[in-house]
Order: sequence, then structure tokens, then C-alpha cells
Amino acid sequence: MTPELLIGSITLFVLSIFLGFELITKVPATLHTPLMSGANAISGISIVGALLGANVAYDGGNTDLSGILAFIAVILAMINVVGGFAVTNRMLNMIAGKKNRGA
Amino acid sequence: MEFNEWIDIGYLIAAALFIFGLKKLGHPRTAPRGNQLGALGMLVAVITTILDMELADDPANWTLIIAGLVIGSLIGYWMAAKVEMTGMPELVALFNGFGGAASALVALSESWRYIEGANLPSGLELTVTVVAAGLSALVGWMTLTGSLLAMFKLKGGIEVFGKWIKTPTWGPRWLNVVKVVLMITAFGLIYYNIDNPTDQNVIFALIAISSILGILLVLPIGGADMPVVVSLLNSLSGIAAAFTGFIIGNSVLIVAGSLVGASGLILTFIMCKAMNRTLPDVLFKSFGGGGEKASLTRTKVGSDADEVAMMLDGAQKVIIVPGYGMAVSQCQHQVKEFADLISEKYDTEVSYAIHPVAGRMPGHMNVLLAEANVPYEQLIEMDEINSEFPDCDVAIVIGANDTTNPAARTGEGPLAGMPIIDADQARTVVIIKRSLSVGYAGVDNDLFYMDKTMMMFGDGKKMMTALNNAVKES
Repeated sequence: MTPELLIGSITLFVLSIFLGFELITKVPATLHTPLMSGANAISGISIVGALLGANVAYDGGNTDLSGILAFIAVILAMINVVGGFAVTNRMLNMIAGKKNRGA
Repeated sequence: MEFNEWIDIGYLIAAALFIFGLKKLGHPRTAPRGNQLGALGMLVAVITTILDMELADDPANWTLIIAGLVIGSLIGYWMAAKVEMTGMPELVALFNGFGGAASALVALSESWRYIEGANLPSGLELTVTVVAAGLSALVGWMTLTGSLLAMFKLKGGIEVFGKWIKTPTWGPRWLNVVKVVLMITAFGLIYYNIDNPTDQNVIFALIAISSILGILLVLPIGGADMPVVVSLLNSLSGIAAAFTGFIIGNSVLIVAGSLVGASGLILTFIMCKAMNRTLPDVLFKSFGGGGEKASLTRTKVGSDADEVAMMLDGAQKVIIVPGYGMAVSQCQHQVKEFADLISEKYDTEVSYAIHPVAGRMPGHMNVLLAEANVPYEQLIEMDEINSEFPDCDVAIVIGANDTTNPAARTGEGPLAGMPIIDADQARTVVIIKRSLSVGYAGVDNDLFYMDKTMMMFGDGKKMMTALNNAVKES
């Protein structure tokens, strides 16, 4: 990582944190759990790191354990992503779907 | 423009979709769309990554990678589809643990590559890689063990060889000192690791310390505060992903990870506020469920369904106060049937009082009642409905305890200051509960012993069914 790239990454990091603070303001209690669950699914973005890690690990040739670790990371991250979005969707369907019918 | 450069555009689109998704998840009307946008963003990120890998000089081991993607997706989807509504909070905690573990494993895989002999980077790049991998491991493993313990705390215990072991809550004051010492040691190890990047023992020590820290963080916290802790752990798993982004120099990991980290922290504060507690209180002051369960000296005579049905005859206004007991016994359909029965038979006005933290997760009750087709407008949040209790003929409390405990209005004890549902203001209070035992906070509930209170001792589903039959026959 070059110094320029590092500064760029830190800039992204800091600005995203500020954006994250501003993004959520007032949230009705009903949505606390779905919001947590949806945000949790987004944190499964480590799938990208796991995929790239798995790729690099295989390229090296002499890389048994690190490849296996990345493979496990792919599985866990994917459970987090798919399960997280699916369960959030189920919760929201129950809350919002019924609401529309009632109105 | 080279094709490689389009990769960054793909990540930018994914990041923008995450931002819109999170924003929309915060409003009731747009929440489902927000979730879909988040999922779409993830799809874009994964496809972009796969294109990136395809373009790399060395071919990837596609068989194994695709196997991993498919296995993970199937397991995740299967878990999300089969989970009972009551088990949802635990599942969110478990998924969160997996996310943290994935970040930590990527960091470990990266560190291990160097131990296995890959060419070490030098200078600034080495420092950044080692520090980011260390921090990602620290936060990631902590998230994993903390989330697993939180999951078992939400379940209330763990079954080992057929024996039910209750999850302990333990946290003397000196434990906070231990946590600080462990944290400093972890930072020390990361610093040492910069000069000795291939020292396996340092990496193992860091994993051990982080795992212990996660457990120590959650161990002293009582079950009533578990939603706040899960939200905080969610924030941590985002931060772990952001650190992982620094290891591999990937922008979408940094952006999405820190977005979740920051918005998760804000959500944690919002949830603390709903319970009238501060985050440091939750984290460092052990709360409820401690060893000495208040021994019960008072008694109360139980009432049966027929007596309660008689009270309901002619009631004009009934407010139902659901709690975790309703979730456990899955009696939301019986509750809905009950509401239909009395509004038809006695022309009673029925509404539901929803405490922000009733159940084990905010919104838990809304989800359950929505599943039973209760009209949304009958679900009224605590602040709005509390003024209606003095006009209420019968308040029916189903498996709720701490959220109705008048002890919260006094300035003392673990519940002090927590906003409660004013069920005790109703003319008659019916409480369906298995026993007089204390709730999660470990505080005896005076409401049970009031003269106007009728206790129906038993499982929510059985009692509601009995009550429905009694109303039908009366």
C-alpha cells in the first residue's frame, strides 16, 4: 500500500463513519430489529475480502492452510449475507405487508 | 479506460446502494425496498469481485470458491427460512458472529500466507497490513465469541448432553480492570507483530485474547439488555470488515464496514434511549439476573378462565399488553381470536400496548402480532397508550413482567427509570404468567400482588385457549 493509497483509504474510512452517523436518525421501535438485521447483512461485505483472499491464497501455490481459512471465510460470510437479507425480508414482510392490508 | 478500472466503478455502485438501503431501512414505508437495495448492492459487489478475479493473471480455484459461495448461501437461506419468529433475535446474533468470524478469518488467512512463505511486503505496506490484520482479528474474534454468548443468553441457556445449563450472568467490578489489561495486551501484541510478522505464537495469543474479551464483554450483561449488546456487536462486525478492507486495500469493504459500524452504534444509542439507559451503564454495570434471585415471600391466589371471562363481560375498553411469554408460547393467534371474540360479543374496544423492548428484541411483538393478522393501527406504542389506561376496564398482560413493573418508577433498583406500560392504572389487571417468579431484571413485581390484579397461572397458549372457550360459553 502506497502512502497515497493509505491516505485515500483513511479518508474513505473517516467520511463513511460520519455518513453512517448521519444516516440513521429517528427510527421507530418497530424497525429497530429489522434495521439491525439489515445492517448486519451488509457487514457481510467481508465476502469480498474472503473471495479475494481465497484467490490470492490459491495463486501462491504453497498455501494450504491460508486457502482453507479463506474458504471457510467465504462460507461464513455468505451465510451472513444471504441469511441476513432473507431474515430481514421475512420480518419486514410481516410488519409492512400486513400494515398495507389493514390500511 | 482499462477494464480493470471498471472494477472500482462496480464497488462504487455497491457502496451507493448500501447507503440508500440503510437510509430506507429506517422508515416503515420504505424499509422493504431498503433491504432489497442492500441485497442488490451485495450482489453487485460479489459479481464485481468475481470479474476482478477472472481478470487476474493467475486463474482462481473456481471449483472451491463456487462451492463455498453455494454452500454458504444454502445454509444461510435455510436457516433464515426455517427459523421460528421467537428465534429471530438469536439468529441475528448468530449471523452477526459469522460476519465477524469471516473478517477475522480473512485477516488470519492473510497473516498465514506470510508464515507459509509468501513474500513479505516492506516498510509502510507491512505496517499497514500487520496493524489492520491485528485489529481485524481483535474485533472479529471478539464479535464471534460475544455474539455466540449473546445468542445463548437470549435463549436463556444451553443444552449439553441433554442437560440444560442456564447461561450465567457474572461480572464483579474488578472484571472491568481485567478487560482493560487484556485490551492493552492485545494492542501490545499487534505492535510487536509489526517487527515479527511471521511469529505464529503472537497470532495465536491475539486470537485467544480477543475471544476471551468477547466473552467477558457480554458475560456481565443481563438478558434484558441483550438487544443493545447484539446491536453493539453488529456495529463491531462492521468495523472488523472495514479493517479487513485496509489489509487488502479494498474500498467497498472500508465504506460498507464503517457505514455499518457507525450506523450500528447510533442504533445502539437509540435502543439504549428507549430503555432509558446509557451505553456505559449497560456495558459496565452488571444488571439483573444475578446469582441471588429475589426469594419470593408473598403469595397470590390464581384465578381461572371463567372468573376472568366474567370480568370481561361488559368491558368497554380492553388493552392487551404482550410480552416475551406470548412469544415463547406462540399464542399470538389465540390472542387475536380473543380480541375478535370480545369485540364481537361485548362490543369491546381492543388495542395492544407495545413496549419498545417487550420480548427479547425491539419490534418483537409487532412482528408476532402482524403474523396473526392483527391490524397495524391497533398496535399502539407505549408513549401514546399510557394515558389511556385510566379509562381501561381490563388490561390483559400476557407474559410481560419487567415492562409493566411499577418498581421502575421508583428511583432504585436495576429497573429504575426504565419507562413502563402503566398497566397498573387500569381498573382490573389480568396477568397470564407461569408463576410469580421475577423477570429478566430479577426484580419482584408489585403489580402481581395488587388487589385488582387477577393472576392466571399457566402457559400463554393454554390460558388463552381456556379464556377463549370461557368467553364463548358465557
